Amino acid sequence: MTVLTHAFTPGPIVASGPVKLTLLEPVARFSLRLRAANIPTVAKALGVDLPTTVGERAANGTTEAICLGPDEWMIIAKTDDTDKLVSACADVYASATHSLTEVSAREITVRIEGDRAAELLTIGCPRDIDSIPVGGGCRTVIDGVTVVLWRDADQSFRMDIWRSFALHIIDLLYTGSKEFAAE
Amino acid sequence: MLLIHCPYCNQTLPEAEFTYAGEAHIARPADPSSVSDEEWRDFLFIRTNVKGPHYERWRHFHGCGRYFNAVRDTVSDRFLITYKTDDPRPELSKLLEKSK
Ligand SMILES: [Zn+2]
Repeated sequence: MTVLTHAFTPGPIVASGPVKLTLLEPVARFSLRLRAANIPTVAKALGVDLPTTVGERAANGTTEAICLGPDEWMIIAKTDDTDKLVSACADVYASATHSLTEVSAREITVRIEGDRAAELLTIGCPRDIDSIPVGGGCRTVIDGVTVVLWRDADQSFRMDIWRSFALHIIDLLYTGSKEFAAE
Repeated sequence: MLLIHCPYCNQTLPEAEFTYAGEAHIARPADPSSVSDEEWRDFLFIRTNVKGPHYERWRHFHGCGRYFNAVRDTVSDRFLITYKTDDPRPELSKLLEKSK
């Protein structure tokens, strides 16, 4: 059974029970690659810190950054800020070479929250969920699909999933949360 | 499941996040057109197929995405060390000493 369609209409997927699932509104997403020497300049242009430890995050208002690799970040922002961020980075490109690629349409984000949210993730994630601190995150795998996981509270996560895999992963989470509810 | 230490994430993580990427420290000839067919064949295909500690590449595929090197015992599946791609090849005798 498919609980969502490819239209990916934001809203509740599982509205009550031990784990709630919600498809979040679209956001601006950028994949950022750069060398260490250029971090301060590009961070200033984006208006958000760029942490250098894999899994650490920074935020300034609605703009967020997570370090995914030694020279790689994912930047999340309000859709309305897309042009502003692109031009701010373009302005510093000459002095701080980098690659900023807009990937807003590549992924959708699901909020996973509730008493057993961390436990639900264990049905497909091999990583020890307890090792992800609140306010941190990681790129990892769930049922064979690469995702980015943001831990916003002890039992509240965001999961960024590439669109073509999202229906499969959301179905898996949906089934898991229904099984919890049936216990 | 094996746990593998990623030297870039500096975390020990489940094998399912990683992919194997063949033998390590295989240098591509600097000038391919000057090597013989046999040397080129050896570079492309001939590997040591070690029984025991094996220098090999892994990739943290579902993570930081980086390739790194490891020494893994192909008999016991035990990792003796993982290290960054540009780190020097560690001496096997020292690794075996340390793992005792
Ligand atoms: Zn890694």
